[in-house]
Amino acid sequence: MPRRSQRPACPATQAPVMARAAGARLRIGPIACDGRGLCAELLPELITLDDWGYPIITRAAVPGRLLADARETVRACPLLALRLEHRI
Amino acid sequence: MRAASASWCEAGPGGPPPPGPMPPERLPRLLPAGPAAGPVSLSAHLARYGPPPSARLDQRRRKALTEEVGRAGLTGRGGAAFPTARKLAAVAAGRAAVVVANGTEGEPASAKDKVLMARSPHLVLDGAVLAAGLTGAGKAVIVVHRSVREIIGDAVAERRRARLDHVRIQVVTAADRFVAGEARAVVHWVERGIPAPTATPRLHERGLGGAPTLVQNVETLAHLALIARYGAAWFRSAGTPAEPGSMLVTVLGAVRQPCVLEIAIGTPVRRILDLAGGPSGPAQALLLGGYCGSWTDAGPAVSLPFSADGLAPLGAGPGAGLVAVLPEDACGIRETARVVRYLASQSAGQCGPCRFGLPAVAGQVERLADGRTCDLRLLRRWLGQVDGRGACHHPDGAVRLVRSALTVFAAELRQHAEGWCRGGRSVLPVPPRRPR
Repeated sequence: MPRRSQRPACPATQAPVMARAAGARLRIGPIACDGRGLCAELLPELITLDDWGYPIITRAAVPGRLLADARETVRACPLLALRLEHRI
Repeated sequence: MRAASASWCEAGPGGPPPPGPMPPERLPRLLPAGPAAGPVSLSAHLARYGPPPSARLDQRRRKALTEEVGRAGLTGRGGAAFPTARKLAAVAAGRAAVVVANGTEGEPASAKDKVLMARSPHLVLDGAVLAAGLTGAGKAVIVVHRSVREIIGDAVAERRRARLDHVRIQVVTAADRFVAGEARAVVHWVERGIPAPTATPRLHERGLGGAPTLVQNVETLAHLALIARYGAAWFRSAGTPAEPGSMLVTVLGAVRQPCVLEIAIGTPVRRILDLAGGPSGPAQALLLGGYCGSWTDAGPAVSLPFSADGLAPLGAGPGAGLVAVLPEDACGIRETARVVRYLASQSAGQCGPCRFGLPAVAGQVERLADGRTCDLRLLRRWLGQVDGRGACHHPDGAVRLVRSALTVFAAELRQHAEGWCRGGRSVLPVPPRRPR
């Protein structure tokens, strides 16, 4: 359809995506989390455990060099309690 | 009556002609003025306040009335003080909304919502029906403490006989639990019989049965019913410019007449104590806001205005309107230990830091209370690890209480370490522990 072909190509759409990724933050769903602790094993730079074994997550944005590790950690959570939130 | 309520909306903020009787110029606004008696009947209610504001509103009048509520500066009276107009607008933006009047009042020391519903049930119902009109909701669910279930049920039947309302009113007995009053927990309770908060981020988008849901404290709804009748300027004639209106407070502990009062926000704390018959002896400290509130030294607190701005210098706030007076012969650390143990037992147990952290904190505070050795550094570490880490603010509130106790009762902490305690009199009510 003509409308589809008029959409802007990749370079134009990629810019905002990258801007969002730069502000990505890890968030935990405290009800879903059961303290399995995988996240702190995989990403000790940003996640530590409290005295009862539940993850304490840094509030700061995930630095670019750790973004891939953060995504991997989110995928590894067996309870899907961890997510990466993108804010502009 | 429809014409009267319509006319002021068009008049705007300038000062609408009040429908029916004159608006109450003095407090109390919400509670009947006379001595304590049974609930105000529908006819007496209508004689005092005039006909209820019409709940059948078209889009334009909905918007005008919501703006009037915004000008009034009404905020939630359940403790969080969120601007009511913003909540109304957010829910009204969705489709097929539901209104939930929250009269759970799970806090054992607080009685203001129970007293309001027991004495002025129709004002609360007016507000719930009006909120339904403002948000386009077809149903209002009134969640009430079991002690006033019958009164509210009778009031709803009275209105039904009078064919007063155009929305369906459902009355649900609240769960008897501290966290059951949290907005998402109320919705969870009504929907599935589970009195625990959920992970739902935004009730105004997706709440009861997936519908946009307005959860509002019953006192807030009562104020709403009066703002719709008398306008924002009238509402603002009490209170402070930043925190307008009146609020209900529960005064207990070492006062001559523990009671529920309606005060203008910003009333000096000393005046509140006087209205409750005055302190029954020298006051040592005050617990302000609720069990998730803050201890303050009695001396500096009594001269401050009871408002968020007024109490901020002491790190306290009005919360849900609790003022508890700790007498000289009671021990603040023991009181805190009892309350924190209770709060730990009331955790929904869903979030690890609350489930395991609060009992750990309670254990340390009990050690302090008993004069046993306690690692204060460990206690502070745990407070830091619990704070802000639940799905709701239950753990944060317990942390606030303990932190304030460690500051206000610092001298007692040293005395306890030396084996000396002020006394064992307890003033804060804590229900007996139930097996879980």
